Amino acid sequence: MITHITLDDLDDLALGAAVLGTGGGGDPYIGKLLARNAIEQFGPVPLIQLEDLPDATKVLTCGAMGAPTILIEKIASGEELGLAFDTYEAHVGYKIEAVMPFEAGGVNSTTPVMIAAQRGLPLVDADGMGRAFPQLEMETFNVYGVPAAPVAIADEQGNCGIITTQSAAKAEWIARGITIRMGGQAYIANYGMDGETARRVSVPGTVSLAIGIGRTLREARENHQDMIKALIEFFATTHYEEARIIGSGKVTDVSRRMENGWSVGIVTIEPFGGGEPMRIRIQNENLVVEQGSDVLAIVPDLICLLDVDTSEPILTERLRYGQRVNVLAVRVPPIMRTPEALEVFGPRAFGLKHDYVGLGL
Amino acid sequence: MRIGIDVGGTNTDAALMDGMTVKGACKTPTTSDVSTGISTVLKKVLSMTGVSVSEIKAVMIGTTHFTNAVVERKRLLEVAAIRLGLPATKGLPPMTDWPGDLATTLGRHIFMVRGGHEFDGREIAPLDEKEILRIAGEIRARGLKTASITSVFSPVTPIMEQRAAEILKNEVPDLSLSLSHEIGRVGFLERENATIMNACLADLSSRVVSSFHSALKELSIDAPFFISQNDGTLMTPDYVARYPVLTFASGPTNSMRGAALLAGESEAMVVDIGGTTSDVGMLMQGFPRESAVAVDIGGVRTNFRMPDVLAIGLGGGTIVRDEGMRIGPDSVGYEITSKALVFGGDTLTTTDIVVAAGLEDIGDRSRVAHIPARTVNNALDTMHRMVDEAVDRMKTSADPLPVILVGGGSILISRDLPSASKVIRPENASVANAIGAAIAQVGGEVDRIFSLEGTSRDVVLSAAKAEAAERSTNAGADPQSVKIVDIEEVPLAYLPGSATRIRVKAVGDLVMG
Repeated sequence: MITHITLDDLDDLALGAAVLGTGGGGDPYIGKLLARNAIEQFGPVPLIQLEDLPDATKVLTCGAMGAPTILIEKIASGEELGLAFDTYEAHVGYKIEAVMPFEAGGVNSTTPVMIAAQRGLPLVDADGMGRAFPQLEMETFNVYGVPAAPVAIADEQGNCGIITTQSAAKAEWIARGITIRMGGQAYIANYGMDGETARRVSVPGTVSLAIGIGRTLREARENHQDMIKALIEFFATTHYEEARIIGSGKVTDVSRRMENGWSVGIVTIEPFGGGEPMRIRIQNENLVVEQGSDVLAIVPDLICLLDVDTSEPILTERLRYGQRVNVLAVRVPPIMRTPEALEVFGPRAFGLKHDYVGLGL
Repeated sequence: MRIGIDVGGTNTDAALMDGMTVKGACKTPTTSDVSTGISTVLKKVLSMTGVSVSEIKAVMIGTTHFTNAVVERKRLLEVAAIRLGLPATKGLPPMTDWPGDLATTLGRHIFMVRGGHEFDGREIAPLDEKEILRIAGEIRARGLKTASITSVFSPVTPIMEQRAAEILKNEVPDLSLSLSHEIGRVGFLERENATIMNACLADLSSRVVSSFHSALKELSIDAPFFISQNDGTLMTPDYVARYPVLTFASGPTNSMRGAALLAGESEAMVVDIGGTTSDVGMLMQGFPRESAVAVDIGGVRTNFRMPDVLAIGLGGGTIVRDEGMRIGPDSVGYEITSKALVFGGDTLTTTDIVVAAGLEDIGDRSRVAHIPARTVNNALDTMHRMVDEAVDRMKTSADPLPVILVGGGSILISRDLPSASKVIRPENASVANAIGAAIAQVGGEVDRIFSLEGTSRDVVLSAAKAEAAERSTNAGADPQSVKIVDIEEVPLAYLPGSATRIRVKAVGDLVMG
């Protein structure tokens, strides 16, 4: 059991978060450095389990919103989330007592560590996505009744605001509009709730899950063990349970275009053993793997492309012709597979015509 | 016919190639002025093959000089590391994730200034020109000779870097300037790191390139000469003088491509043992496996596309201590011929060990006769263990893999390696770098943002391909031989007008007159 996030955990956390990012969520490197600076300055961050969270504790979730290409170029000032928290607290009139990531995949796994360290608050070992998703309403918090608003939004230039709306989809729409005006990158704190609610609506254990994934891959590499096998065995010990390699091959085409500001792409993978090519549809994250008329894996299950040689997860932005990949699929836990959850982030929510069938079900 | 030359930390090698055939190859110690070593090795290779100067159509030079300087933290200038971007980027100041000793060597002269652009070309903040003037004063006061300037989103809009450079040049006329938009791509920290490293090499690069010139002039070789860059393609000398950082991984690339040609193995691990370091990399289909992630150079993260290579501090000039239990990471480098014991020096090096063990006959054997057998055995064990561990670390599965040993320092390895299925020592292996340089091709690259408004992806992509091909032709490639070797297309989310970033790389064979 991990009780504190220390400097030694950050590499594992970033690697595991890249796997949970399912190709999206942004490179966690920058977030890792920001978290490292904060821990060096303020000390390790206590990690608190949902079951240990007092009912009345005021929890606020947070992360970054915007384009990963911008995140790695316009580096944060490190003060954005602090400003968002100040703005939120001033608006609601009480102090926040615990921080929770709203997204366990990608860079948003590490930004909450930074703000928790800066403010001396514990981090809740849970999140609202169990992976990475492209939109603010795609949260179990929203699925199970926590209002997305008020949303505090801030940038590095000291611009900030509060969005109050009636729906999570509107909050997403307006926040993203502001994010563009903030230069394509903004920092957000929202989905405020108490501890009792957090226990009911959150995907549990996902911060330590990310650290566990990173640690498993790292240790398997150091000991020259089969990294994929180790990873699949590790998932079997968690509430994600089912993980497997659904294909291996060479990337033979990467085609992308923009649809309403979203990067949409199709990756074609020719299997090593021959046979029909696999096609993966991407909208920031990998959404569905098809082979002929078969659906091999589909959102919200995790679809992660791992380099055949190094087992490093490959971000969709770094996909290119000639890469050799293993396609890893992981089934999400039950809280993400209910009918109401699938309505918010299942295949139909992404405009796909298929129904969700969980991996191995 | 063409000549490939490799200027390593210890030796300067030459290979005279007729097409893909090695006509002759030789080596000579690298000299501190560089040029004497080059002219010596050129004379040697010409006389041993009987080829006349007029038959030489091109000379290709690969050098690890700049990489070694950074790895060894030697001959580096202190740098004014100027960043334009505040209030953005404040969270991670320049050199944040650098090894402390290198940051200290470069003086930690960090300046963060208001400025920079958003992705769409709007200003984050106006450039603080007063602050640039103040920094100019600081640069003068601290006696700095070189500066790096990195502005947020300069690959989109370089104007602030150019304006800041103009002000600094005006105030400090002899200041050498490295601008990030000319060196790297989007990805701020990595581009800034590369720019700072480029700046610290400013003095060394102009000296090295002019010594290349004078060496060729001395032999009346008037064929054009080129220098290898990271991906194994060629650059003109003027370009290298300004952007030495672009040569950083050319050594490993050349060595691995040369080794592939010599060994006739296309899937193997290549261990290139030079005078200062051993570079271990994997060969796939005759080409080095490229690193998919950011590459560390001397402990600093960059976003160059380079072969995935592990460098360890073991070479022919590496210093042996503690009765052979501790080797390196430092090396006597090109001074091996005066500092190693067998050459009359007073420093125990790895080369002395293999001579003392009776494995090689180099220099004066009697000068190492006094070394205890225990030290010799310890050192041999340690050297083999270091190489075996490096091979093991670079392996991607437990499956056995052939290991190709190349480079002048490959004499250090005389035994089998537990991690290898077999150890191949190809003929001419010690000059694989020079051979790799000689067979290098000419490249052309396009990397920028294209609007998709009123056009289609296919149209834009073919235009980018044609432009890359044209650039490689302009750089000297035979149009018939030009191939597109890499295409990368990344749409920028939120960019108005639906835009995409396209990178296309073309390579072709050098036209020879």
